[in-house]
Amino acid sequence: MKNVSVLIGGKAGDGINSAGALVAQLLNHIGYNIYLYFDYPSLIRGGHNFAIIRGSEQSIGTCWKTLDFLLALNRETLEQHRDNCSSDTAIIFNADLVKSAGQGIPVKEILTDEHAPAIMGNSAIIGGFAKAAGIEWDVVEGVFKSYIPKGVELNLKVAKRAYNQLETVHPVSKGSRSPCPLLTGNEAIGLGMVNGGLDVYVSYPMTPSSSLLHFLAEQKEKFGIMVVHPENEIAVILMALGLAYTGKRSAVGTSGGGFCLMTEGLSLAGMAELPLTLVVSQRTGPSTGLPTYTGQSDLHFVLHAGQGEYPRLIVAPGDAVEALYWSAVAMNMAWKFQVPAFILSDKTLSEGTYSVDPAAVSDVRGADSPRWAGTAPYFRYADVPSGVSPLAFPGTKDAVIKVNSYAHDEAGITIEDAHTVGQMTEKRLRKGELLTEEMRGYTGVNVSGMHDASTALFCWGSTKGVCNEIAALLGLRVVQPVVLSPFPTEQLKKAIAGVRSLISVEENATAQLAALAERHGIIADEKILRYDGRPFLPDDLLVKVKEMMI
Amino acid sequence: MTGRQIITDAQNTWCPGCGNFSIQHTLKNILTEREEAGKSLDDVVLVSGIGCHAKIADYLNINSFYSIHGRTIPVATAIKLGNPRLTVICCSGDGDSYAEGLDHLIFAAKRNIDITVIIHDNRVYGLTTGQYTPTSPLGFKGKSTPSGTAEYPFNPVELMLASGASYVARGYTKNMNLLHNLISEGIAHRGFAFIDVLQICATFFPAADYYTPRVYELSDHDRTNFESACKKAREWDYNSDSPIALGTFFQRSLPCFDDTMTVHGIEPKDRQQAVRDLLLTRS
Repeated sequence: MKNVSVLIGGKAGDGINSAGALVAQLLNHIGYNIYLYFDYPSLIRGGHNFAIIRGSEQSIGTCWKTLDFLLALNRETLEQHRDNCSSDTAIIFNADLVKSAGQGIPVKEILTDEHAPAIMGNSAIIGGFAKAAGIEWDVVEGVFKSYIPKGVELNLKVAKRAYNQLETVHPVSKGSRSPCPLLTGNEAIGLGMVNGGLDVYVSYPMTPSSSLLHFLAEQKEKFGIMVVHPENEIAVILMALGLAYTGKRSAVGTSGGGFCLMTEGLSLAGMAELPLTLVVSQRTGPSTGLPTYTGQSDLHFVLHAGQGEYPRLIVAPGDAVEALYWSAVAMNMAWKFQVPAFILSDKTLSEGTYSVDPAAVSDVRGADSPRWAGTAPYFRYADVPSGVSPLAFPGTKDAVIKVNSYAHDEAGITIEDAHTVGQMTEKRLRKGELLTEEMRGYTGVNVSGMHDASTALFCWGSTKGVCNEIAALLGLRVVQPVVLSPFPTEQLKKAIAGVRSLISVEENATAQLAALAERHGIIADEKILRYDGRPFLPDDLLVKVKEMMI
Repeated sequence: MTGRQIITDAQNTWCPGCGNFSIQHTLKNILTEREEAGKSLDDVVLVSGIGCHAKIADYLNINSFYSIHGRTIPVATAIKLGNPRLTVICCSGDGDSYAEGLDHLIFAAKRNIDITVIIHDNRVYGLTTGQYTPTSPLGFKGKSTPSGTAEYPFNPVELMLASGASYVARGYTKNMNLLHNLISEGIAHRGFAFIDVLQICATFFPAADYYTPRVYELSDHDRTNFESACKKAREWDYNSDSPIALGTFFQRSLPCFDDTMTVHGIEPKDRQQAVRDLLLTRS
């Protein structure tokens, strides 16, 4: 299998993320599938930022430790990533700031000669990299023209200088894949929701969900959506519910801390039976934790958040393709059953970049609640057998539409009598049963790797990528539930049939998926956990899984 | 719907003498007038929080969103954003919008969202049986402050002026003619309308004997003049003994949030095309 791995590092403010994106496009355009991991501390200037861009002929979602190329914009990059280098690693560096073996680029001199601003220094490094990797100049020119918004010609001149100066030391052969769209997990979630009929996105900035807010705000005219950034997450969720009341498909996005503030609104959604889609992108907790690092420790929080009992959907996509698909499904299910639907992501998925086959933008089955037939009086909470009352929205002739956070009768008027309270509780729970039934029609558990292997890696969310890679090497099965509520017990039992050793691989300290599965009678035999904010490295996971297999 | 029965059959549980009856009656009259003027009540939405005031959502037979404590305003804001053709009236309490949800009140004024906020300001928590609120006078002895509060009230009228509200008024439940005018004006005002209503709580803060001799209606007051609005607003600080002005302190015309935020939705098929087009720009 052809593989190539490139790290570009510098200090915060050096534009590492956009430089990384250009490197990713170069590899995309020579025929590779891409995964980009971006690592940055929670600050604006200074600090060490790096992006690892990996190209592979297979679909990927993780990066190995050893690099083929190290692009160092500063000395710290070299110092921090010495361990990632082998004797074959080609090191390319800014010769003004770094002394090293490898090929240096006189960035300052090039910029001065070309009368280019300092910000174009990265183009010199990328040009140098392209030459070192033997990437044809045409490819560089094409990628720059497509992805550099301003001053393309000058950037190209700067890149060309470095391209001409360096030697091809580590030729990267062309892959077989035609270039395809590169999307971050958050962008994929946004596009999925738009496909699912999103009308309004409401969000307060919080890493790692903020880039979804930025993306949708930037594209709102194109998609015909409204994007609102209110005073706090409490307002965010209440606004989303007010919008749903008027018939607008709304979604909110946040991370754990912001979701804490949303729980009273979540419970209101449950009681008032207002459709709502929630994107919760996990980072390292508890509390402020590590704002810009990953984690999978909010599964049980999302599962149980909000007082009272009411059904909810939780999906946890494992990569951008899944995010695109499941985000549309989540929005449709929210409206079909008038329940909260969660898209549970994490920093690795939200801010990682993946190759997305355009064919993956399948038409998702549009789904909705029945509409009121128009015979007054209207009962917002009509106790129909399905539990899903027909909807009408304010402004509808002759409909008095009353939604209520209190226990209420079919008309939405507050009640306290025991009979009606019980009746309406059962009505809400019937929607849950119907949702469970509906989700049986979806592939809620992905199985990959060796389907008949007796050892299976049991994972959810972005760890799918690293598990797939290890499973391919060791001949294991990977079992990845995407739907986490209602829990797909039957599908999961089928998926682990014949498994003698089920190893849960999770980025939390208490094996939350394993605990959830155990409640449904499925026991994980072993647990491999990481909870330091960093995603599993395949190198480390390989060693740990091997130990367990002895 | 025409000739609608405006009061529902829900059993009314306000105490005898509660000022909420005056507010409900005023709204009922305003809704009746609206209907008589040929405007449909189907386009009116009432949003309430939690507290004695909020029961009005059960009692008025119009579209309503009986929300949670302190959160009336974000819901009302979003309903207006979701469908700008709707008339959105937001009934809220002083505990609701001055304590639990103060942030939302300030932001709604700042945004100039076209909703009408009526604060049932009885200056006490009624439904939770008598604790102080942000507008209770210094030294108020409530169940959570048996030896008297140690904090001054704030002045909501002054606060709303400072926050950029484009219509600011104060009413009193024992002056129903004026209350009718203020709420009607508030609804007609294009932008954020705020009406603090001194509401009698018959059980926990029966302040009529205090208010009635002190209140007076603003006259010879230029409501377009911000400085004189501030001056009038500061005359009574909800604590010291002074005349209490009722009426419209301030009104001005400003762009509305719901206008600025308006988007042109696109057809589902165009949306899918837009998604595909976006993907093309990334490959």
